[in-house]
Amino acid sequence: MLRLIKCLREYKKPTVLTLIFIICEAVIETLIPFITANLINGIQAGISMNRVAVLGIILILMAMLSLCFGGAAGLTCSKASSGFAKNIRSDVFSRVQEFAFQNIDRFSSSSLVTRMTTDVTNVQMAYMMLIRTAVRAPLMLIFSVVMAFIMGGALATSFVIIIPVLVFGLLLIAHNAMPAFRAVFRKYDKLNESIEENVRGMRVVKGFAREEYEKKKFGKAAENIQADFTKAERIVAFNSPLMQICVYFNMVFVLLVGSKLILRYNGTVIGVGEISAMLNYGMQILIQLMMLSMVYVMLTMSGESIKRISEVLDEQSSLKEPENPVFEVKDGSVDFDGVSFSYSKDAERYALSDINLHIKSGMTVGILGGTGSSKSSLVQLIPRLYDATAGTVSVGGVDVRKYDLESLRGQVAMVLQKNMLFSGTIRENLRWGNENATDEELDEVCRIAQADSFVKSFPDGYDTFIEQGGTNVSGGQKQRLCIARALLRKPKILILDDSTSAVDTKTDALIRSEFKKYIPETTKLIIAQRISSVMDSDLIIIMEGGSISAAGTHDELMKSSSIYREIYEQQTRGNEASEQ
Amino acid sequence: MKKKNKNNIPDSPKPKSGISIHTFRRIIKILYESYPRLIPFTAFCIVFSAIVNAIPSIFVQKILAVVTECLSDGVSSGAVGIEWSEASGKIIPLIIVLIVLYILSIISMTIYTQLMAFITQGFLSKLRCRMFDGMQNLPIGYFDTHKHGDIMSYYTNDIDTLRQLVSQSLPQLLQSIVIVASVLGIMLWYSIWMTLIVAVGVAAMIFVSGKIGGSSAKYFIRQQRSIGSTEGYIQEMMNGQKVIKVFSHEKKAKEGFEEINDRLYQDSYKAHAYANALGPIIMNIGNILYVMSAMLGGIFILSKIPNISVSCIAAGTIGVLSVDILVPFLSMTKQFTGNVNQLSQQINSIVMGLAGAERIFSLMDEAPETDEGYVTLVNAKLGENGEITETPEHTGTWAWKHPHSDGTITYTLLRGDVRMTDVDFGYVPGKDVLHDVSVYAEPGQKIAFVGATGAGKTTITNLINRFYDIADGKIRYDGINVSKIKKADLRRSLGIVLQDTNLFTGTVMDNIRYGNLNATDEQCRAAAELAGADDFIRRLPKGYDTELSNNGANLSQGQRQLIAIARAAVADPPVMILDEATSSIDTRTEAIVSRGMDKLMEGRTVFVIAHRLSTVMNSDVIMVLDHGRIIERGNHDKLIADKGTYYQLYTGAFELE
Repeated sequence: MLRLIKCLREYKKPTVLTLIFIICEAVIETLIPFITANLINGIQAGISMNRVAVLGIILILMAMLSLCFGGAAGLTCSKASSGFAKNIRSDVFSRVQEFAFQNIDRFSSSSLVTRMTTDVTNVQMAYMMLIRTAVRAPLMLIFSVVMAFIMGGALATSFVIIIPVLVFGLLLIAHNAMPAFRAVFRKYDKLNESIEENVRGMRVVKGFAREEYEKKKFGKAAENIQADFTKAERIVAFNSPLMQICVYFNMVFVLLVGSKLILRYNGTVIGVGEISAMLNYGMQILIQLMMLSMVYVMLTMSGESIKRISEVLDEQSSLKEPENPVFEVKDGSVDFDGVSFSYSKDAERYALSDINLHIKSGMTVGILGGTGSSKSSLVQLIPRLYDATAGTVSVGGVDVRKYDLESLRGQVAMVLQKNMLFSGTIRENLRWGNENATDEELDEVCRIAQADSFVKSFPDGYDTFIEQGGTNVSGGQKQRLCIARALLRKPKILILDDSTSAVDTKTDALIRSEFKKYIPETTKLIIAQRISSVMDSDLIIIMEGGSISAAGTHDELMKSSSIYREIYEQQTRGNEASEQ
Repeated sequence: MKKKNKNNIPDSPKPKSGISIHTFRRIIKILYESYPRLIPFTAFCIVFSAIVNAIPSIFVQKILAVVTECLSDGVSSGAVGIEWSEASGKIIPLIIVLIVLYILSIISMTIYTQLMAFITQGFLSKLRCRMFDGMQNLPIGYFDTHKHGDIMSYYTNDIDTLRQLVSQSLPQLLQSIVIVASVLGIMLWYSIWMTLIVAVGVAAMIFVSGKIGGSSAKYFIRQQRSIGSTEGYIQEMMNGQKVIKVFSHEKKAKEGFEEINDRLYQDSYKAHAYANALGPIIMNIGNILYVMSAMLGGIFILSKIPNISVSCIAAGTIGVLSVDILVPFLSMTKQFTGNVNQLSQQINSIVMGLAGAERIFSLMDEAPETDEGYVTLVNAKLGENGEITETPEHTGTWAWKHPHSDGTITYTLLRGDVRMTDVDFGYVPGKDVLHDVSVYAEPGQKIAFVGATGAGKTTITNLINRFYDIADGKIRYDGINVSKIKKADLRRSLGIVLQDTNLFTGTVMDNIRYGNLNATDEQCRAAAELAGADDFIRRLPKGYDTELSNNGANLSQGQRQLIAIARAAVADPPVMILDEATSSIDTRTEAIVSRGMDKLMEGRTVFVIAHRLSTVMNSDVIMVLDHGRIIERGNHDKLIADKGTYYQLYTGAFELE
């Protein structure tokens, strides 16, 4: 909790106000039964109507005051806890924005979503509970016990018996229930995951006519969880009878001992009014103990959530910003000098090892290689999405680690392999590349990326709304929009990581020829599966197992590289080969 | 007010009481059906414990009356220290009755709280299973038109709200109603005037709870929706985090988040503010009511106003309000208002629970996939003269069992002959995506579909396995109209491999066996070998026993596709549908697995959809689709010779969009 308290910020004030209001409310609340006892004793003793009226009016005023304080505390504590939650969410989100790729790889996106929603809600509820009761409950408890002893004397020995019993009982219940619940919730998550799996794979389920099998599987899991859940709930269910036993014990004790005392001392030590007050205080004490045990449970239960949130907040970005950053990227040359790279410190083998590569500004470089040959790893070092483990990567002759990150990434535009569009209009999506782009500029990049014809064919043109995940455009259209988005940055280096795989060969070729025509100075790195996408590059690199196995132009590689020849033959004559 | 419009959230639908009551009755009905004996028993325990809870105030009053009486007697007689033994004769029996009542109350309470824990979980489990079972029977169209996140929230959020409703609010409701009713009865027994005063106060409390509680519930429902949209935003941003980084778009993403986050804060704040303020307000109205009753009672006593009560009416006398009536009356007032307060605290969970239940019921009420099929797939034995007889054991030969209206049964050998004739179809009425499509696939043929995204390739396969039903035309499988075949049997005879591979949590072996639950380990391995997956599976840390989770996140997309192919292969269906099944396998690997694939396809009717022409070139028939129409058909050589669209595609002169 302490780690998160920093997120309170502007909501410290409502928190403090809540505490003040609650203390005031608690004081009045404990005074009310005291004066009420007076009033009842008075009525019994037959005091004057005036006195009754005065006491009554005082009581009503107190109740009104208590209402105001209570209501105000309700508002401020809601404000404090909701605001607290808002700030935590905002801090976590901002922290994730500062993450480097390496950090992003460590957290799955669904776990980040849970942390920012369910976990934060848990903390919010625990915090609300805490500020509402953490002060009030002990205060009321102490006050009630003291008052009970002052008023009741010997009658208060009842509390000496029930308080330890109740505390012990509640703790016992909480201690048994919490691990049980934790285990259940973990299972519950698993169950929900399996439902999600089922929903996602419904075509497979139905395709194999496995509905009955799935039902049986789910039924078993549900039954299993039901048994565990019931066990946990049944432990908690002992709370109310335990509470009730204590209340009843107090009742009987006070009535029995009380009436004995009244009669023995002739009503001189305690009176009937005291008995009813003792019953009230007894109730009060028990309720407060119950509240405290609830706070205890909630805080412990939210401990897990706090831990998970803190994990994100404590995560340090693995990229260090340089002290005197360079803001200008001179040209589009790229140099790899003795570069090795691994995704994590304890990875067994390097994703890239000893790469030496020099690319002149304005060159077109094609990169080929099988799955897992680290083509993507290679290009991701250029916009400094990751830092090289050894060696240096330079852009425009300067080590990438010396650049201001935003300036570097502004000049190195990359179309990722796993690319995506965001929900919003096409215009909004394209403008990720340049916030202030005019429609003319949009037209231009769309023309280069061969996206203009289909965008124009949509009734709403640039205002066409893209659904979440870009589900309403085809794969090829998505890729072309992504290229257009990157072009809008007017970068010195453009990296396409398998970005035209869903685009047909003719359009692919058109895009490349447009590149040549309109952005000749831009260095272009193209990772592709199709050999036709890279054949006419100035330099073709063949990656294999994390290192460059061959490099050269098409003609050179046809002579020197057997892998290249193999790929070429497969793709150009492909079919004849497999028909044999 | 200004803020409100900016929020852009439609006002929550006014809770229509008619629907809510209907929902409420349905919950009770399911509860009752699940536990026809336990529910009445539990309800009895709750009612009993509530009554026993209310009665002691009578005894407290009686004991106090005895004490007061003895005390005044003693004082008047001048004795110092009245003997306890004198009073104990009257007090002890009362206390014993009290203790007995208390013990009964505790026993019934223990029983019903334990039973409620049991019933709640049983009910939820049953509901979950009903939802899940119902969901398995829904047509695929339901899943295509509903977001998965929304479906999931039925199982998580909505079930959770129901847990609260059933385990706490319902017993509380019943208990409070009983206590309020019995306390009201006792009050009337003592004094009608005083009861009227309490009634006025309680009416005020109910009015206030309704107002504030209603607003609170409204904002809680809004909060729920805000959480949903926040979750959606976070999800999208987290998924696209790398793109955000590449475009240095962090600031914009934060700005967008702040806006949505603030909206959630506003709703959450209001929802809790109303809920939190309600408690103290109700409690203090209770306090005021208590004081008012004490004061007015005092005035009644002092001014000796005649007391009208049920007890007096029954006795036919008119009494006077006395202190020993007033004191217990006051504690009853406390009890009364305490219960109203507790009820008011349940308003939120009741409203939210009912809203959740309504959504759950809407899922359960979705119309299931219809299946009027009566032709089934059976194991068969071929006689010497080619006659087919049905056998219970597995023979490797299958036949369609076709009962006719005249009582005769004919058997047709399962061969894998699929014919579509003049099929029209649209997902939305009036918007056809397929026009006049005819496809003839003879057993063992490989049929390929080529065409732009949205041309209708996948739609055709959706119709063959009846994920969707055709609007017009005919589809025949081995000469039988597919609408006459039981869906499960039809689908059993078709193996599908889809572009988006879905694997399930479990071992690799489990996943392959999904295609045929009776397959032995050897058969699964053989299928994997056929699919070209055996090689990489062996290299996994635990080989075939490697656990997959999260849709096989630890495998590459290409590897997942290979497992999916193995899964289809182990089912050994006569017809296979490969929808972009090898799209993520790079061309080099594809070339390596192609021999296995060819073997897999041998002797089967195969429908192939592929983007890569190299995958489809060796097909017997290639169909080129455009806007739901087949514009060219023939084998590779014929289509090339025709120099049509396929030729243009092949030479790269035409684009596939």
